[in-house]
Amino acid sequence: MDLGIIATLFDSALRLSIPLLAACLAGLWSERSGVVDIGLEGKMLVAAFAAAVGAYAFDSAWIGLLAGVGASVIFGLVHGFASISQRGNQIVSGVAINMLAAGLTAIVGNAWYGQGGRTPPLEGVQRFSGVLLGHSALVYIVLLAVPLTWFVLGRTRFGLRLRAVGENPAAVDTAGISVTGLRYTAVIIGGVLCGLGGAYLSVGQAAGFLPNMTAGRGFIALAALIFAKWRAWPALGACFLFGLLDASANQLQGVVLPGIGEVPVQAIQALPYLMTVILLAGVIGTAIPPRAAGIPYVKER
Amino acid sequence: MSAPLEMPKWADTILVPAISVVAAFLMAGLVVLSIGENPITATRWLLQGSLGTGEGLGFTLFYMTDFIFVGLAVAVAFHAGLFNIGGEGQATLGGLGIALALNNLSFLPGFLLIPIGILAAAAFGAFWAAIPGYLQAKRGSHIVITTIMFNWLASVLVVYLLVNVLREPQSMNPETRAFPEQAYIPFMHEVFAVFGIEIPPSQLNLTLVLALAAAYFVWLLIYRSRLGYAIRVVGANPTAAVYAGISPARIIIIAMVLSGALAGGLAVNELMGYQHRLLLEFTSGYGFVGIAVALMGRAHPVGIVLASLLFGILYQGGAELAFEQPNITRDMVVVIGGIIILFAGALDGLFRRLVAQMLARPKLARA
Repeated sequence: MDLGIIATLFDSALRLSIPLLAACLAGLWSERSGVVDIGLEGKMLVAAFAAAVGAYAFDSAWIGLLAGVGASVIFGLVHGFASISQRGNQIVSGVAINMLAAGLTAIVGNAWYGQGGRTPPLEGVQRFSGVLLGHSALVYIVLLAVPLTWFVLGRTRFGLRLRAVGENPAAVDTAGISVTGLRYTAVIIGGVLCGLGGAYLSVGQAAGFLPNMTAGRGFIALAALIFAKWRAWPALGACFLFGLLDASANQLQGVVLPGIGEVPVQAIQALPYLMTVILLAGVIGTAIPPRAAGIPYVKER
Repeated sequence: MSAPLEMPKWADTILVPAISVVAAFLMAGLVVLSIGENPITATRWLLQGSLGTGEGLGFTLFYMTDFIFVGLAVAVAFHAGLFNIGGEGQATLGGLGIALALNNLSFLPGFLLIPIGILAAAAFGAFWAAIPGYLQAKRGSHIVITTIMFNWLASVLVVYLLVNVLREPQSMNPETRAFPEQAYIPFMHEVFAVFGIEIPPSQLNLTLVLALAAAYFVWLLIYRSRLGYAIRVVGANPTAAVYAGISPARIIIIAMVLSGALAGGLAVNELMGYQHRLLLEFTSGYGFVGIAVALMGRAHPVGIVLASLLFGILYQGGAELAFEQPNITRDMVVVIGGIIILFAGALDGLFRRLVAQMLARPKLARA
């Protein structure tokens, strides 16, 4: 392999890992505060839709981004209301978010534009174009979220409290800090990050929204989160690895490797899921989620 | 909130789910309004299309069959305290089992081949659920995550097999050759025709009977057997189960095996009853609808059959509605499913508290 191929591969791996990374960090914030979020997929999808609609309507990629983030945060708040205020089942709420997002974007998109759920193609200022090394500003914003997440969660008082809420909410409550407030903050941050990832899909990577365009990325992000053991820098590594797998699956399509033969694309596609299951099985190391993740906090007990 | 809400049983099992479903439909009505359509006209088309004609009713019952299987699958795991969101993957594997069995044993007569196909669907579905079950029981791997991953693995596996191995050489479509004809589960209109009764033809086939039998079997199992009792004890309190001499690990694996086998029933109805070949994505997201069905039906077989009927009406009526009013596509059904999961599942506490308050008020006045 010469340098050119490696550079192309690296470049497309980065592109493919950005939405994963945004969603993965979103999940990280949410789960570190004790709110399990399997609705990452749905939030990215509504964000992608709203971003495309906003960018098309106002002729600005940035307004599109705002719309995407807004929509994702609203869905995040629905999840927050169900799982924090109403102490509902967080898995059930996440499944509902995913179904709502898939259905609503398709039906509203079809009713508004009549193109089978697609939004009109975006062009020029309606899209994010490359600002540095061919990558758009959105790529660098998402990459910047990694050190920011690491610093805020690991090095600030707010971050310490947020992590504590995910491990032992009763202790945080006893210290006079609002568990509800911290968890809502985490859910909103998660909404913003999913919004970035979704907007990148429809306004950065592609030129417009397609029904179900997230295509399971929210779930791969969930796998990456487990792989990264709920930490920011490893999340970058895991997402880049999964992006690289995706990129090499595209490159290896139909290529015959010496000694192995043709590598089926599906084998590479299956790797993220397979590796996560193996990791969860405890064969190669362990993945221990935040202790209070998924458990609604009841003050009186 | 810490004190358990006191309410009569009828309110808990009927009134609360009913209120959340009504609220879900009101929300869906708002969605219809917001895209500039009339919800009342839409509802009329929906009911007309699903119940108004014999043919429509047949299709409604066909979808209902699918939902009974996936709803029961979610419910059995739910009784053991497990969240099986792998119905999609388990049904997909069930379909693979059917295709492998039927197309390799095509020399057998129908009365042998049909049961073999059904058993293959159950066995493959059970196998795909048993691995996450085993990992949860023995290694503590979270079953929600592993079943999600197994959904994707199933989808990737079947795509690979259909594109590279099982596809007919001359066919462009990624699907197997048609199953041997003696393995088709008879359509209901054919069965009735034998007795001289004419009913409008539809996809509805005898699998509906199997689904209802499965519902009865699940009721017997959960509420009338030792194993069912053990499953419910593990679901309610695994620590207590250990004191009672029940091994939670064993029960978890058994519950997942049963759950996966039931999910395989979806493949029986869709493939042996209607499509007569294995094709991509025949599960169409029904595995997730199963979660809505189980939540709405309170994980009780009777509730699940009723909830399945409702979703059958929605799916068939939704198809007719999309035909009459192209603006309201079938995605509306997914939206309604999502709202029902949100209301009947995640926001359940909200509605329970409302009902408890409503019921408590007159009592206070009397006192």
